Amino acid sequence: MLEYEFMRRSFVMGIIIAMIAPTVGYFLVLRRQSIIGDTLSHVALAGVALGMITNVYPLYTAILFTIIAAVGIEYLREKYENYAELSLSIVLSAGVGLASVLTSLGNTQGILSYLFGSLSLVSNKEIILVTALGIIILATILILYKKLFYMTFDEESAYLSGIPVKAINLYFSILVAVTIAISMRIVGILLISSLMILPVAASLIIANSFKKGLLYSIVFGVISVIVGLILSYYLNLASGGTIVLTSLILLIITIIKDIKK
Amino acid sequence: MKKKIVEVKNVSFSYGDNKVLENVSLYIEEGDFVGIIGPNGSAKSTLLKLMVGLLKPDSGNIYLFNKPINEFKNYNKIGYISQNAREFNKMFPATVEEVVAANIYTKGILPKRIKREEREKIDEALNIVDMDKYKERKIGNLSGGQKQRVFIARALINNPRILFMDEPLVGVDIESQNKFYSLLNKINEEFNITLIMVSHDIGVISNKVNKLFCLSNGKVYKHDLNKDMKINLKDIYGENMNILFHRH
Ligand SMILES: Nc1ncnc2c1ncn2[C@@H]1O[C@H](COP(=O)(O)OP(=O)(O)OP(=O)(O)O)[C@@H](O)[C@H]1O
Ligand SMILES: [Mg+2]
Repeated sequence: MLEYEFMRRSFVMGIIIAMIAPTVGYFLVLRRQSIIGDTLSHVALAGVALGMITNVYPLYTAILFTIIAAVGIEYLREKYENYAELSLSIVLSAGVGLASVLTSLGNTQGILSYLFGSLSLVSNKEIILVTALGIIILATILILYKKLFYMTFDEESAYLSGIPVKAINLYFSILVAVTIAISMRIVGILLISSLMILPVAASLIIANSFKKGLLYSIVFGVISVIVGLILSYYLNLASGGTIVLTSLILLIITIIKDIKK
Repeated sequence: MKKKIVEVKNVSFSYGDNKVLENVSLYIEEGDFVGIIGPNGSAKSTLLKLMVGLLKPDSGNIYLFNKPINEFKNYNKIGYISQNAREFNKMFPATVEEVVAANIYTKGILPKRIKREEREKIDEALNIVDMDKYKERKIGNLSGGQKQRVFIARALINNPRILFMDEPLVGVDIESQNKFYSLLNKINEEFNITLIMVSHDIGVISNKVNKLFCLSNGKVYKHDLNKDMKINLKDIYGENMNILFHRH
């Protein structure tokens, strides 16, 4: 399987994404913002459509769109803290609406491969971009780890202890946006948020510390992607769906094991 | 004379059109143990948030350690435990140790490793609040009173001079309340930390504090309670006093 160039590439990309998606997802879930993944991925779809009709590399337009939307959501979250969900739904609708209108404007045949993810189309250029961004995301989360923990647990106290909460929140929303945009190639727009959430859900069942919670989330993510990619190759299944179903099965196994205890 | 450590001068505050504090002035001196009481919605939490700088007054000024609050940057000197501090998700994966350690090295961008010195500080803080045996426990599995103790340890780790607490005793049984008060007395007297605490239980708190502020209809009323011969508010307000009938 690994004798094929494209499989090697998808493994590299897959493992990077398997590490960043649950990492970012971990903080989102604990801050009760896990729907942001869904919202932003729909905005990413609009970005892809725009890229296709304007002949710009779709990953770039998707990153641009999701960053704008993420910053907008963060702004709304501060402004209407009681209506955070509403603002997410509004942005999601805007994304889907824009995507469908843009899709009807030009040649967007390739969009399906973005919806469900596709392995064969991963180019060298993409792999370099995804690797670079992936390293930046993981490195900065590691650097900000303690502050993010404090903010996730108790944002007010974090602010009072001198942590620049606003700036970090803004930066984190950008990380979320970029994670979603670069993950869509492998898992597909419709399934990204699952990869951000399912490994975390499984991890939360067994983790008894914050550090372990993050670690288990990543481990579950990586196992899902590796097993999913192998299965999808040998059984000729859609890669994104197989990855997500694998992580779902991992979650179910964890739940059953936990009940039996 | 003792030093004024917190001063609120002619402060008004509204949420939109809803004016909740009107021209309020008060001061707190070093070493005080202050109680803040008042009915639901009388802006006790709002007053606390103004004093720690989470909210900005519409008019008037607030001083911490004689510095205007907007110039106050010495975050280590104050600790704050909010009213909803305990309302995090029970599943939240964090140990007591992680929660306490969060308050170390909050400044600067680059992280520092927690050294042995800090580990000892964590142990010491947990020891003071009598939670040292729970270091590895998941915070969500603790009782309400135990969580409050952990939050106090988290604040103590930075040697604060003032500790603000917003209704830390809601849902805590009498026995634990008594233990909690003896912990507060220790913090107040041994470490000379000024305590400011919101509570609903007038009867209990008036016996513990040396100053009592009562909020009602946007105004603050002050009762000075002599530490040596504490006056039971019940004597002042009559036997059947409860918060609602506590009028000025
Ligand atoms: N974020 C907010 N936005 C709008 N109004 C608010 C907000 N927070 C509080 N209020 C209003 O301000 C008033 C004072 O609220 P506050 O929470 O300070 O009262 P409290 O004395 O702490 O009450 P409780 O005893 O219930 O904790 C209330 O009428 C409340 O409805
Ligand atoms: Mg309150």
